[in-house]
Amino acid sequence: MAVVAESQFHVLAVDDSLMDRKLIERLLKTSSFQVTAVDSGSRALQVLGLSEDLTSSPAVYPAHNEIEVNLVITDYCMPGMTGYDLLKKIKGSSSLRDIPVVIMSSENVPSRINRCLEGGAEEFFLKPVQLSDMKRLRPHILKGKSKEQQLQQEEEEEEETSISSNKRKAMDEELSPERRRLRLSNNNSLI
Amino acid sequence: MELGSLQRRYIDFTSALFREGFLDNQYTQLQQLQDESNPEFVLEVVTLFFEDSEKLLNELSRTLDQQVVDFKKVDAHVHQLKGSSASIGAQRVKNVCMAFRNCCEERNQEGCLRWLQQVRQEYFLVKSKLETLFRLEKQILAAGGSVPVLCFLWPTHVETLSV
Repeated sequence: MAVVAESQFHVLAVDDSLMDRKLIERLLKTSSFQVTAVDSGSRALQVLGLSEDLTSSPAVYPAHNEIEVNLVITDYCMPGMTGYDLLKKIKGSSSLRDIPVVIMSSENVPSRINRCLEGGAEEFFLKPVQLSDMKRLRPHILKGKSKEQQLQQEEEEEEETSISSNKRKAMDEELSPERRRLRLSNNNSLI
Repeated sequence: MELGSLQRRYIDFTSALFREGFLDNQYTQLQQLQDESNPEFVLEVVTLFFEDSEKLLNELSRTLDQQVVDFKKVDAHVHQLKGSSASIGAQRVKNVCMAFRNCCEERNQEGCLRWLQQVRQEYFLVKSKLETLFRLEKQILAAGGSVPVLCFLWPTHVETLSV
């Protein structure tokens, strides 16, 4: 029985400035995230398994980029594909749209911020990004993950109807408190 | 020079940098990101800042030297310089950049040239200060000591965390 391990979350950081990439990478690693840092939107799409020209699901392509990304944090002002363009591409992809996206910018422009939030960005960080900003990332990742977990839970519930209640009790005790809570809430909804 | 006085000199020098506004809290943030696994982090980032800035300053010179000045380009460069100086806490450089951008908006070539001179001055000033800082750190480490970490809680309050 698979227990949901507290594994490291993987963040894809996108910024055309080497200096800013170095900074965001360090901020993320210090906050216990696994990091991949790229210098452009098109490279980010490659990592995510999306070609720039097509928006079909990664399953269509060979398993070259099977890296799971839990969150994308991108600079707004980049040559070529801006952070906003990248956001739209991610949110427009059926396979990637649930990945939370955070936009960073050194300019505090309300219309820009609103545009990004309306475009599906979870948050907007003002640069220079601080260590304290990193705390705001985990909730967005967990929100997406719990949606994923609930779907998984429901699938597993159906499989387990054949198992005896004693065995189920033993398994419950092995599960992490979080998992148990989800299971309980699901049980309630089934009644 | 013996370790104790090197460390005192370092503390005095660093405090002055903050007090005189050359550096702000963002620099402290960088220091907090440095540890045994990344012992040269601040130096690496600041080195990138030096490289970026000098490239930008040269570009600014070139762009402002044209018969017909592309103010959008000038503004873009200054914006970049403002961003990177803010990232390392080079407060005075950042502030001059903000004023510089206003001149760009006014499309004032004369004014921009003056601001370029100012920003260049501030940049080279903070560069030499930071180089001195790194030199002192090196000397302290070579003498077998550890570099004092200064913690700034209020603008005027300086507390030494560890020596």
